[in-house]
Amino acid sequence: MKKMSKTTRSNLITYLMVIVIFAVVQIMVSTGHVSSLLQGLLVPLCAYVILAVSLNLTVGILGELSLGHAGFMCVGAFTSAFFSKCAVEAIPAAGVRYFLALLIGAAAAGICGILIGIPVLRLKGDYLAIVTLAFGEIIKNIVNILFIGRDDKGFHFSTKDSMSLGLEEGGKVIVNGPQGITGTPKDSTFVVGVILILVTLFVVLNLMHSRSGRAIMAIRDNRIAAESVGINITKYKLMAFSISAALAGVAGVIYAHNLATLTAQPKNFGYNMSIMILVFVVLGGIGNMRGSIIAAIILTLLPELLRGLSDYRMLIYAVVLIVMMLFNWSPKAIEWREKYSARFRRKNGKSAKEAA
Amino acid sequence: MKMRKVMSALLVAAMTTALMTGCGSGSGSSDSGAASDSGSTADTGSDSAEDSGSDEGGKFKIGGIGPVTGGAAVYGEAVKNGAELAVKEINEAGGIDGVEIDFNYQDDEHDPEKAVNAYNTLKDWGMQALLGTVTSAPCVAVSEVSQADNMFMLTPSGTAVECVQYDNAFRVCFSDPMQGLESAKYIGENGLAKKVAVIYDSSDVYSTGIYEAFAKEAENQDFEIVAAEAFTAEAKTDFSVQLQKAKDGGAELVFLPFYYTEASLVLKQAAGMNFTPIFFGCDGMDGILAVEGFDVELANNLMFMSPFTPTSEDEAIQKFVKDYDAAYGGTPNQFAADAYDGIYAIKAAIEEGGVTSDMAPSDVCDAMKAAMVEISIDGVTAKGLTWEASGEPSKEPMVVKIENGDYAVVE
Amino acid sequence: MSFISYLVNGISLGSVYAIIALGYTMVYGIAKMLNFAHGDVIMVGAYVVMTAIASGGLPPAAAVLLAVVFCTILGVVIESVAYRPLLNAASSLAVLITAIGVSYLLQNVALLVFGANTKSFSSVVPVPALVLAGGSLTISGETIVTIVSCIVIMAGLTLFIKKTKAGQAMLAVSEDKGAAQLMGINVNGTIALTFAIGSALAAVAGVLLCSAYPSLNPYTGAMPGIKAFVAAVFGGIGSIPGALIGGILLGVIEIFGKAYISSQMADAIVFGVLIIVLIVKPAGILGKNIQEKV
Repeated sequence: MKKMSKTTRSNLITYLMVIVIFAVVQIMVSTGHVSSLLQGLLVPLCAYVILAVSLNLTVGILGELSLGHAGFMCVGAFTSAFFSKCAVEAIPAAGVRYFLALLIGAAAAGICGILIGIPVLRLKGDYLAIVTLAFGEIIKNIVNILFIGRDDKGFHFSTKDSMSLGLEEGGKVIVNGPQGITGTPKDSTFVVGVILILVTLFVVLNLMHSRSGRAIMAIRDNRIAAESVGINITKYKLMAFSISAALAGVAGVIYAHNLATLTAQPKNFGYNMSIMILVFVVLGGIGNMRGSIIAAIILTLLPELLRGLSDYRMLIYAVVLIVMMLFNWSPKAIEWREKYSARFRRKNGKSAKEAA
Repeated sequence: MKMRKVMSALLVAAMTTALMTGCGSGSGSSDSGAASDSGSTADTGSDSAEDSGSDEGGKFKIGGIGPVTGGAAVYGEAVKNGAELAVKEINEAGGIDGVEIDFNYQDDEHDPEKAVNAYNTLKDWGMQALLGTVTSAPCVAVSEVSQADNMFMLTPSGTAVECVQYDNAFRVCFSDPMQGLESAKYIGENGLAKKVAVIYDSSDVYSTGIYEAFAKEAENQDFEIVAAEAFTAEAKTDFSVQLQKAKDGGAELVFLPFYYTEASLVLKQAAGMNFTPIFFGCDGMDGILAVEGFDVELANNLMFMSPFTPTSEDEAIQKFVKDYDAAYGGTPNQFAADAYDGIYAIKAAIEEGGVTSDMAPSDVCDAMKAAMVEISIDGVTAKGLTWEASGEPSKEPMVVKIENGDYAVVE
Repeated sequence: MSFISYLVNGISLGSVYAIIALGYTMVYGIAKMLNFAHGDVIMVGAYVVMTAIASGGLPPAAAVLLAVVFCTILGVVIESVAYRPLLNAASSLAVLITAIGVSYLLQNVALLVFGANTKSFSSVVPVPALVLAGGSLTISGETIVTIVSCIVIMAGLTLFIKKTKAGQAMLAVSEDKGAAQLMGINVNGTIALTFAIGSALAAVAGVLLCSAYPSLNPYTGAMPGIKAFVAAVFGGIGSIPGALIGGILLGVIEIFGKAYISSQMADAIVFGVLIIVLIVKPAGILGKNIQEKV
């Protein structure tokens, strides 16, 4: 234990936390102590945790504000769902198909990340934020007018409506504009979700502590200084951004293979969702992966737990969000907390001494 | 910093336990249905049940799902009110064979994922049959899980074709293709216009579904579509371009297959540019006169297809409109009417199928599926309303025209 | 002819974006924060006017005044309760997230108080429409009033910042908070004043938005808020004339995109143009590009 560096130990705690939560939930499920609500929430929770961790890579490690993360999730979700829908007959084995879907979703989102990253990463601060938001909205808009059908002759594309696809008798519309993709096989499971969380953590944490990761953080802390010591700014920025996008694509694949309908609405792939993921990251602590996981879990469960309050549900949610932000970030609150915990510790110490 | 970590760990632990104990103390199997413990009923705020804490198996547990927050809240709210009104009436009249209905309505924010969460919450509560969901995309997602559970569902207003693709799902409203088809037929057969323009919401399932069916049928009819212009959820305040194109195309009729919220803006802007074609809408147009502060002059000669007219002379409708106004204030729209009929249809199916309140949801579903095709109810949206095994209702759409600020049925 | 009519419609939509963007840019310039709740303050302002006229029986002018006062107080309260504690937080993102929380809060309070039903807002603009070219071109009274108010507000704000002590203090705070404090400027007070002005502008914007597009529900402010944010960035965030130019350009591009390219792709076109502009001019049209020095 002594030889282990501080960061390695911290990383191990993070992995361990995920595994322990997983084990506890699995035991509860097998003994029948988990409500259907929580059972239904397990897979989406995995997707949100991955989204939060991957955005934290952009916001916390790269230090750039992105408001278009849901756009990458959308790309991953739609490409993978499209693939699964087409391959459902050709590849009957769900495991193989899902694995390929994951690769395709991640690759598509990653490529989008590179394409968008090249122009976007030249910008700074809030300008970068607004451009990522714009890209997210463009992706959603395009998905909403995309019609793809298949018949004996092959694939047909249109951006107008499903009639102009000109499908032959027996042809099927796969992507149907705003109706999206219906009937994606429900391949996502909690076990796979947790494995993917661990993979995501592995990728992000290893990147953080690698040579490239230190270069990325050097750019975050002082771009000009980093440049002057010969770090290739564009390369490293693009690297972090596209890895983050690809991981969001993975979350999209999980999301798409959990619900029977996949539609690109403002709610699930619009800027609202991007902001929601950002809330996870900021609430959990910028650059703190463990915090992102905890915040994603809390904020996803909170509105479900508040269902009993019916009409006041979202109101309370908003108040809790503001209060949590003030408690976690306000300098005065931090000061107060530190004072309080110091006193607490001193008291403990004193009583321990007295006991001795 | 330590405090914060302790706090968050505690919070996560508390929340997870709260979620789990939802049914943890119950019989273990989440499919236990009516046998679910009363402990879970207490914290799932049921809005309609006047008396809290239900006896074991003493009531029919009907769930409802729809948006009551978010942009689509107005539709979910109407369904909630309409359904609760029907439940109250049934319970006051002694319930179904003496057994009362316990109705629990959950919010889905018009989001498929949240709808599935709401469905699972209701399942934990012990739901035996579902009235919902209100909007199409969430409805398709829920139909997928309800089919796996074999849970009976009747959607009051999910119009997309896929909403009732499984045999456990039925609907009260018309389907999208049917509305588009009937509208095109009506316009063609009555010679309302030779040149027609369509404005539709290309980001909305309901609107595009109707538009596509309309455009398909238009080829068989004696009119021409001169402009088909779209708008999206992100840009639905300004319709000047769409209207200008319709005007330039010489349209005598503009077909508006979307909700009255946006339609009220379209009418105002058309009046502003002195463009006065016939406006023709679908069932989503219903309710436009109830918009607070709306200048009804603008809606004069507006026509739309609807199953329900609040000004009808019919006694049952008059009673419904009066009771609704007394309970919630305002005139009910077709969503409320569909939900009201939906609850009565569930009641009829329960009676027909001999369902008892202690049956498991899957058995309830089998009995009700068989019963749905047998029943016939006289509701507020149709007389002698019956269902086919496919899940579609058989009712005739009526065309309503607004004249002098009032609805009038066109024969 | 239809070209001119599209142009007029674009300017009229753009002037609404511009007036919202003025409030956005004002707050950003001084407090350096994206106030995501700005759009929702607009919604609150519109509801106040509507309630004052319908239930209180006030004349429109008095109702608008009431809304301005109400929103000013609301803005100051939000600033002091939710934003000020985070002014010196470790990351500027903290206050952004809190603003999102405030936005949710305002929407849900409005949902509980006024209900989900869309209400039709009757225009408070007494100016008649301008009919040109024999009836084929109409410019509505709302458009005229919005554009005039935009210009008046812009000129007023510029004068205020240039000529008054408080305005100069704002400028100083926006340049360097710490140095301003050392010079004896009350930084917290200046930021509170900025929020007061920004929120008062939001009330005016709400009235004009709902007069031009008369439909009001608890979510009315959200989308125009985001569009105005885009407009502010477009013109160079922090720049007052930039907000006006950005807003109008955004409106015109949206309408032309719908008219000449594709009505389904309107959003993609607007955002696409924004991206191109920012890549060419990374600080917006009128934004200052500050050269970094080591």
